[in-house]
Amino acid sequence: MGAQLRVYRRRIASVSATKKITRAQELIATARIVKAQQRVAASTPYAREITRAVSAVASHSNAKHPLIGERPRLRRAAIVLITADRGFAGAYNSAAIKQAEQLASLLRDEGKEVVRYVIGRKGASYYRFRGIELAGVWSGFSDNPQYGNAAEVADAVIADFEKGGEDGGVDELHVVSTEFVSMLTQTAVAARVLPLEIEESTEPPTGGAFALYEFEPSPAEVLDALLPHYIKARLFNALLQSAASEHAARRRAMKSATDNASDLIRQLTRLANSARQAEITQEISEIVGGANALADANAGSE
Amino acid sequence: MAELDVALVAADREVWSGKASLVVAKTADGEVGIMPQHQPILSVMNPSVITIKTLVDGAPGEVLRAVVHGGFLSVADNRVSLLSEAAEIVDQIDAARAQESLTTAQAGGYGADSEAAAARAELRLRAVGR
Repeated sequence: MGAQLRVYRRRIASVSATKKITRAQELIATARIVKAQQRVAASTPYAREITRAVSAVASHSNAKHPLIGERPRLRRAAIVLITADRGFAGAYNSAAIKQAEQLASLLRDEGKEVVRYVIGRKGASYYRFRGIELAGVWSGFSDNPQYGNAAEVADAVIADFEKGGEDGGVDELHVVSTEFVSMLTQTAVAARVLPLEIEESTEPPTGGAFALYEFEPSPAEVLDALLPHYIKARLFNALLQSAASEHAARRRAMKSATDNASDLIRQLTRLANSARQAEITQEISEIVGGANALADANAGSE
Repeated sequence: MAELDVALVAADREVWSGKASLVVAKTADGEVGIMPQHQPILSVMNPSVITIKTLVDGAPGEVLRAVVHGGFLSVADNRVSLLSEAAEIVDQIDAARAQESLTTAQAGGYGADSEAAAARAELRLRAVGR
């Protein structure tokens, strides 16, 4: 077998092996998207009820709370960035990081110091490589986040928020996550979570106007207990959405990788075939040429 | 007779929802029994076992017991929402697993969370009557 043909055969074998891997990854991701979407849906009732409860307390009491309302001086702003633990997900990680960096430069332009918290190994290694300091790093749960994970992150950032920018904490909290729009579209979004804004509105809230609640033990205490849970629910929802987006992005990336591998195999097969044919043609012409030369030599000697 | 629309919701799923005639929960101010036409109330729940007297097609059904690890109770217009980060129906509690996690927690196996984990496991065990 000729050298050229051997090289083609070897490349075909290697691309086939890659294709098998990407195909398997694609199937795994496809199976997990559905589950991730179901988890997003399952967490919605809690998020809805807690949002309603917070709105009810906020609209019925004049309770002042450290988590509500702008502080007079905003010195330090925190960004919680949600990325994946693994790559192989197309532009998923880079889109989220880019969004976070845009937000960071915007905040810097407003004269705020940016403090970063990162969830997921990919984001963490991005910043570590560039020598940018991180205030908090969590990883190991990006593809299947539990409520406990969200609570852990929320506890840490709420603690920093309550400390305030003057004492090494933060005055603002933004969350950058990836919203699951559809199987084909996922968008990196930035949202400000803290301080909470109460919008005065004359429109009736969804689900009817709020009844005149009685608060136990007191409006302030209920609000006090509710708000951290509200933040956790928001963060948990962001984590779940990001997980679903991660799987969808990975599925798409792996699908196009598989398609590319198929194309490459087809091209290489064509090249290998023509190389084989060229080899055969050459061998035949060599044999014919040799036979002719032999016949000529024999004819000359007679 | 009016009915209560009850939803018992945990952070990651809806644990139970349906009609009921009475909900008993333990709030920060003590035990409250919620019956139809109760005045609107929003209160903080303590970690406890709640009781729901269910109604099936208007007729009294089984009495449901569930464990809530803290959370909130809100009542308005005969709608009762029980929110808790972690909630489970007593029948679905795995006593052996709860016992196991209690032992681990008491030995400090969960680090800083051990105390909370032990409290949760104890509550589960108390609910299943061990």
